[in-house]
Amino acid sequence: MSTTTLTPESSESAETTPARPLRRRTTHIRGNRPGFWTYTTLAVVFISAAFPLYWSFVIGSGDANSLRERPWWPSGNFIDNALAVMSNEAVNFWPALWNSIYSSFLIAMAVVTTSTLAGWAFAKLRFHGGPALLAFVVATMAVPQQLGVVPLYILFSELGWTGQIGAIIVPALTSAFGVFWMTQYLRQAVPDELIEAARVDGASMIRTFWTVGVVAARPAAAMLFLFTFVGAWNNFFWPFIVLDRQNPTLPVALSLLQSNYFVDYSIVLAGVVLATIPLLLLFIFAGKQLVSGIMAGAVKG
Amino acid sequence: MSAATSKDAPGVRVLSFSNKLSRWDLKISPYLYISPFFIMFAIVGLFPIAYTAVISFMDWDLVRNSGEFIGFDQYIWILQQPHFWTALRNTFSIFLLSTVPQLILAIFIAAMLDRNIRGKTFWRMGVLLPFVVAPVAVGLIFNVVFADNFGLVNGMLTDLGLDGIPWHKDPFWSHIAIATMVNYRWTGYNTLILLAAMQAVNREYYEAATVDGAGPLRQFTSITLPSLKPTLIFVIITSTIGGLQIFDEPRVFDQFGRGGAGQQWLTITLYLYDIGWGQWNFGRAAALAWILFIIILLIGLINLLITRTLVRDEGSRGIEKPRRLKKKKELAR
Repeated sequence: MSTTTLTPESSESAETTPARPLRRRTTHIRGNRPGFWTYTTLAVVFISAAFPLYWSFVIGSGDANSLRERPWWPSGNFIDNALAVMSNEAVNFWPALWNSIYSSFLIAMAVVTTSTLAGWAFAKLRFHGGPALLAFVVATMAVPQQLGVVPLYILFSELGWTGQIGAIIVPALTSAFGVFWMTQYLRQAVPDELIEAARVDGASMIRTFWTVGVVAARPAAAMLFLFTFVGAWNNFFWPFIVLDRQNPTLPVALSLLQSNYFVDYSIVLAGVVLATIPLLLLFIFAGKQLVSGIMAGAVKG
Repeated sequence: MSAATSKDAPGVRVLSFSNKLSRWDLKISPYLYISPFFIMFAIVGLFPIAYTAVISFMDWDLVRNSGEFIGFDQYIWILQQPHFWTALRNTFSIFLLSTVPQLILAIFIAAMLDRNIRGKTFWRMGVLLPFVVAPVAVGLIFNVVFADNFGLVNGMLTDLGLDGIPWHKDPFWSHIAIATMVNYRWTGYNTLILLAAMQAVNREYYEAATVDGAGPLRQFTSITLPSLKPTLIFVIITSTIGGLQIFDEPRVFDQFGRGGAGQQWLTITLYLYDIGWGQWNFGRAAALAWILFIIILLIGLINLLITRTLVRDEGSRGIEKPRRLKKKKELAR
């Protein structure tokens, strides 16, 4: 109904816009093929991004002397160093790896689920207090993590959960950013007419959500999953507080690697390489999605 | 309710059971969908924030897990500590050394990526590569770059016959080292955000500017920068929130993790950790957490004001969007 009243106006404005004289220019002013300097600069940027990783492999494949000798190429000790990391009793590498994998996975799954549900409600369903609640959620994104750690620690020590991996999963199960992200995406991805059509056809709310919302949300949900996974994998502050060295995550285990009086950096950096490989693999397969996710979020943010 | 029904469905209608059910479904569903988020969020997000405020006014007893109300004493204690002021100085110093060069670099690299280059995806992924490396791992990697004796930088300086830089002894150099780690990880991320904003700029402005005889630099300062304003504000505010919380990199900057023998790189969050889980004083840690939050809010506001005045708003120019431009873009792809 509302569309019919709007039609004449919109067609009018559509007529006025192209009424301006059209200037024809075929030259691509910004489209000039960039020259040597652009590529050189980009190459320098790329090398600065990749070199530290390469360097950690160079040192991580050497021995205790390689820091002093500064070789430019990797040596052959990487496997030995990696085995030294894995068998180091202070570090608990295998439990750390497993903890990182499954906690990050569970966190990302939960965040995607709760955010898609709430994002659908905020974006497409009208309800009392909706906009105000959304504004409140967005405002809490400015709150630093530090503001919650003391009561959380007290809570989890009451429950006897300190040192348990559950203590890092439960606080991360929801994300204000995730709700904001899904709301923004669903708002423009699903036309209201589609929901109305589903309702007219007699679909229940949950059915509409499942057949229209979830299907439309998939690309944004995949990106949210990736970002949450990477964030959970790399998180250090809270796991470092609440976990102990018997049952760490990878970042906590890494920090333990160097907290000795005599630090053998070839072993520390072999550990860094080992802990980074899973995310590098993820980056190779999903880096494109990460790039487009950041760029898509920027336009809306 | 009956009025609403007749509006929705003209004609005679009896409110059947399924109709009622459907209305109920319509009303209750939104709350059902947001409830998993809000229930969890209330428990692990909101409750701790509120409770931190309560604890910060208490002398907390760890054994009994309860506290005694003592007013603003913990806040006063924190503000009287020289360590707090050192930590505040260090946090700001690291924050400025990371945010300012990072943003300038990010704008510059984004401008390069915004040109009509070959292999766009490769270069974009390249700048994002450091983002997947954990901050702790970045810290450990850069520790061998900035090691005092045989680090990469000092080693090369000694080869050249120069003195090594006192990365750990001197506060300023330790801040440079830590800021470099932050910049390494975040520059590419911010580059992509700015790149997206640059690509949203109407290309016709550049054509018009070229016709009017404006050079590339003039075009950049008069068209690109003003158009980036909302995105810049967003990036600056998020890096403020993140930057003032810095913990991971300074924590692993040496093997002791206490911010250096003379607190050269002690940051507020490192200090918070030390008070909370080194000295086991939760009341004071909670007070410091609130002080940090207030600082973040203040700096966020100041940033907003500064960015608003510095970058001119030229939004009025950007309203008209001729349709043929869209077509052109489609053709270009």
